[in-house]
Amino acid sequence: MEILVCVKRVPDTAENEIVVNSKGTDIERGDLVYSVNEWDNYAVEEAIQIRDNAGGSVTVVTVGDGDAEEILRREMAMGADKGILLSDDAFNGSDGRGIAAILKAEIAKGKYDLILTGAQADDGAAQVGGMLAAMLDMPYASLVNKIEIISDKVIKVGREIEGGNQEMSEIDLPCVLSIQTGINEPRYVGIRGIRKVASIEIPVHGAADLGVAADSVGAAGAKVKRADYFVPAMGEGAEMLEGSSDEIAEKLIELLKSKGGIK
Amino acid sequence: MTQQIFAYITHKNGAADDSAFELVMAAKKIDPAAAVTAIVCGAGAELDAVCAAMSGVYPQVWKVSNPALAYPNAEILRGVLVNILPAGAVTLVPHDTFGMDLSPGLSIKLNAAFVPDVVAIEGMDGANLKAVRQEFGGQVSTHIRCDVSAGAVLNVRSGCFLSDDSKASGTVVDKSGQAGDCKAKRRFLETVVAEVGDVDITKSDVLVSVGRGIEDQDNIGIAQELADTIGAVVSCSRPIVDAKWLEKARQVGTSGKTVKPKVYIALGISGSFQHLGGIKGNPFMVAINKNPKAPIFQVADIGIVTDLLEFVPELTEKIKEMK
Amino acid sequence: METALISPAKAWVLGFIPTMFFSIIIPIIGVVCFTYIIAKRTAPLVRSKPDPRLNSVPERLANMFKFAFGQYRQPRYMMAGVLHIVLFAGFMILSLRSITLVILGLKDGFILPGLGGAAGQVYSVLKDIAATAVFLACVVGMVRRGVFRPERYDVPKKYGKDHTSEAVFVLMLITTLVTCDMIFEGTQAAAQMQKGLHPEFLLPGMGAWMAAGILSGANLSVLQNLHLGSFFLHNLVFFFFLCFLPLGKHFHVITSIPNVFLMKLKKGTIKPVQWGVDEAKLDELKSFGVKKFEDFTWKHMLDFYSCADCGRCSDQCPANAVKRPLSPRFISIKCRDYAFKNYPIRGEMTPKDEHLIGSILSEDEIWSCTTCGACEAECPIFIEYIDKIVDLRRGMVDEGLVPQSLQKPLKALEKRGNPWGKMEKKRAEWTKTLPETCDVKLFENGDEARTLYFVDSITSYDDRMQNIARSTAILLSAAGEDFGILGKDEKDSGNEIRRFGEEMLFQDIKSHNTDAILGTGVTKIITADPHAFNTLKNEYTGLPPVEHISQTITRSIRDGKIRLKPVEDETKVYTYHDPCYLGRHNGIYEDPRQALDAIPGLKRVDMLKSRDRSFCCGGGGLMLFYEPEEEQRMGVMRVKMASQAGANVIVTACPFCLVNMEDAIKVAGLEGKMEAVDLCELIEMHLQTM
Repeated sequence: MEILVCVKRVPDTAENEIVVNSKGTDIERGDLVYSVNEWDNYAVEEAIQIRDNAGGSVTVVTVGDGDAEEILRREMAMGADKGILLSDDAFNGSDGRGIAAILKAEIAKGKYDLILTGAQADDGAAQVGGMLAAMLDMPYASLVNKIEIISDKVIKVGREIEGGNQEMSEIDLPCVLSIQTGINEPRYVGIRGIRKVASIEIPVHGAADLGVAADSVGAAGAKVKRADYFVPAMGEGAEMLEGSSDEIAEKLIELLKSKGGIK
Repeated sequence: MTQQIFAYITHKNGAADDSAFELVMAAKKIDPAAAVTAIVCGAGAELDAVCAAMSGVYPQVWKVSNPALAYPNAEILRGVLVNILPAGAVTLVPHDTFGMDLSPGLSIKLNAAFVPDVVAIEGMDGANLKAVRQEFGGQVSTHIRCDVSAGAVLNVRSGCFLSDDSKASGTVVDKSGQAGDCKAKRRFLETVVAEVGDVDITKSDVLVSVGRGIEDQDNIGIAQELADTIGAVVSCSRPIVDAKWLEKARQVGTSGKTVKPKVYIALGISGSFQHLGGIKGNPFMVAINKNPKAPIFQVADIGIVTDLLEFVPELTEKIKEMK
Repeated sequence: METALISPAKAWVLGFIPTMFFSIIIPIIGVVCFTYIIAKRTAPLVRSKPDPRLNSVPERLANMFKFAFGQYRQPRYMMAGVLHIVLFAGFMILSLRSITLVILGLKDGFILPGLGGAAGQVYSVLKDIAATAVFLACVVGMVRRGVFRPERYDVPKKYGKDHTSEAVFVLMLITTLVTCDMIFEGTQAAAQMQKGLHPEFLLPGMGAWMAAGILSGANLSVLQNLHLGSFFLHNLVFFFFLCFLPLGKHFHVITSIPNVFLMKLKKGTIKPVQWGVDEAKLDELKSFGVKKFEDFTWKHMLDFYSCADCGRCSDQCPANAVKRPLSPRFISIKCRDYAFKNYPIRGEMTPKDEHLIGSILSEDEIWSCTTCGACEAECPIFIEYIDKIVDLRRGMVDEGLVPQSLQKPLKALEKRGNPWGKMEKKRAEWTKTLPETCDVKLFENGDEARTLYFVDSITSYDDRMQNIARSTAILLSAAGEDFGILGKDEKDSGNEIRRFGEEMLFQDIKSHNTDAILGTGVTKIITADPHAFNTLKNEYTGLPPVEHISQTITRSIRDGKIRLKPVEDETKVYTYHDPCYLGRHNGIYEDPRQALDAIPGLKRVDMLKSRDRSFCCGGGGLMLFYEPEEEQRMGVMRVKMASQAGANVIVTACPFCLVNMEDAIKVAGLEGKMEAVDLCELIEMHLQTM
């Protein structure tokens, strides 16, 4: 099975407060470190496991600048066979649709049975996978938390749906799936693994290579644009209790009692 | 605005989802004068019941009936919507696991713009819709400008728009004839229902819910003791289940249980929308978190910035003394 | 000398077979079999990884005399230890007698060179005592193993069958050997007396003397048959025993003396990924760590062979105590059995190209170890565990088999130099809340100082532990040290990174820190974190001397630079918890205790398990992130031990210990009854301002 996994380099924000820059045009990125989007990492692990069982190859692809190569190497160290970097100044400022169009152009150049993306990334949009599938006229399933290979024509997938339930479907290949965290336990990639793949050539494809019109992607082609970033006003709804912990506790108990929170 | 606005109604067991009542409000934020059309797809008596209910909320209801639509398979429904929606339509869809499945592809097929996970709408600026989204797990918000002149699909976060209690007396139009063949390359097989644990968190009026801030499995006892003292049940957010500290049946959120308690005490929960999406019925919410910037403080009624590992045992002790 | 009985060298069986025939054939078969078995046993060692162990011979010899011949660690378990010392000493003495007996079958009246005359008589008496003592020790041993069955020897179901029968069988063999000798001697003496000849002197009360007494009335032919029978039974059992030893846990009889000679000499270090491969050339290695059995070094295989199954390691192991899925004893036993299975005495050798993890060892088992070193401090024959655990972890890391809970902190360490992924620029933030009188220089700002205070990650970032940093800074100021910190240029010391098997990350971090430290031109490094202390001192190279703050404190008190005021609350009873990386790994037990005792009026008690038997708090560094399967926390057990010792304040000298103790006090429900404090904090509280 030939598998392509679309990945994204994102800032690691879990432990660090995000600060909007003074002009409100972006977040402060100077002190941030970057890594591969967590969901994408699960997708790559899943692809590797499928390949190890069913044969074939795993290619990882990303749209980004030169720095994005780092995450391709990390995923190759994990076990992906090949990395492709899609990079061009014309790609800057793409919206989800633009990213999907760029990926589609690359996918059209190869032949893939299965295309995976992470369910979502740093912007929480959860859109590229579904757009890509529609552009490729392939069936799509989002939030996939189980994959079972039935044959080279059809696979069984589970989607995570409301209530912690799982929706099981059959889906024809080729298809696009967006992968939910928890589908597997991604393997660890250490510095040694990355060094082992440090010298492997990663092809870089630009707009011209892909036959993508520069004005159809990037900021020029984007229908959705960010006007600014802002930190929502703090504690809009919440009345913040302050004082000594004794005072707070007493106040809270009063409130809980009045609301029926203490039986 | 000249374009028609549609709302996609998700429903189950003959009842519309809460989002159905929110989408109409969201639509009014785009255009206060809009006559919004609800689209209800499904089959049988359940479909009729939902259509009837929606005609009391929306001035117009489009009904699409087909046995193939008995289960909402986004792959089939996308084709249906492409067939029935007029050019330039602005379609609102709830940003749930169905909407995430349906909408990105729908926008491509309609050649329309797509804005996912909209939390607020601030009206129009010419052809541009002004909306608010969140990024980085809700830590930062962003104003979006989206050109909707060629149509748009907007996925709307649940709970961000107040339900509309204004009444309508809409007409139901049967659009089944235009639905197309209702076939897709993805075929629904079954729903595997999550195991029911020994406690039913959906039945409790008071929940003490723990999140990542509890730090360690052993500290869950702190929450349990508070819950025991006030007669509540312990629930949690997704990371706690991922870490296997509590069973899946205790998870609140879009990928967990939907709860409607009267009082919700969030301990060390940052307040991602996936978590908040599982809390309905507007409970009295108390948030205790070390991080003053945790998004939970925006939705809670009472906020306390403190180390819960120290504060909660004190609180429990005080309640015990009082009793 | 005229003898009453025909000697084994001259007797005949059935009238036509000279018994000499057996005297020749038994040793020949015995030696051939033994040689063959040993050759088979060395087969895996030949395929193993290198391990240089022949340096520092005088030190090794000294260790061998102290720990192997001197049995120095045996009495740590008094009952078993004394029994073992009796058996071992008896064996040493009786081995000469056994050799004499073998040769006596060939040459009548043979006497070992040097054992003629008076020496011989002394030896003879000594040997009688030894044989009797061994006999008694065996009987006690059999009763102990067979009837009382100490828990330490239990074999949990998942680890296979019970080992008692093998132990009892061997004790019976030994009993047979000494009994044969007693009968051999006793029959001779009885016959001599019956014939009115002068018998050899037999020490009254000893086994041979008793045998002579019991047999004194037997007729001569019975005596003759018993004499020859016991002789050949002795020889048969002797060679059987020799060949039986390498088949099980009694291999230690042969291997433990060399194993002690070959022990690891440098404490506090982890073995290199591969001996003989320079750190700079690690990239060239195809594989890292131990994956298949043959990836172990030959010495580590010898460890497996040498394990006597005494169970002391696991008895001391904190992971085993809290029922984590780890028992060091069974790491050895399982690996030994695996070697025996793949390299059998008979049949084809079948070395397997399979991972040990997933076959005989499990991931959780190997991650469960806190590297506290309690097992190694206890093993009477110096079997190593930490290096093996780390080698196995290196293998897992290389294969990507790392628990999700550890992946995040490891990645954060790689990206940010601390396991929480906090920003580098916030590393010195704790200094902002220092009193104005305490000035901490920052090398990143171009400040200069003679001493570096290496803070390390947890003390820099954790809200609670930052207090240790502040106390340390105040103490260093009070002691008149001219010191500074690296601030954002400091990365985690990496002690745990290395011990969790991520060698390349450790190497990166080590070289970063080394450059940063050498760039400051300091002449001394002080740290309050024993983990940092250990790795900076033992694993970094080319650094100025490294000192733990407890050493600085004690020296400053001695020099009068620091004066302490008396305790205020007299109801407090203090106990000092030895951090593993300060105590066991670096031998610093007294400095912290002296520092405590320097506070006037301070009442201090020691816990039952202290100094080199200290009980790990639960582990530091990355261990804080690991989620083990366990029935309770190590820290909880530890605070209960403190409670039992009558203490109500636990003083420790390690930030990780403090984290674990404070948590454990809450979990154990001892809040208000027990508190934990760092040595630095306590000393700082009692500083006498001059």
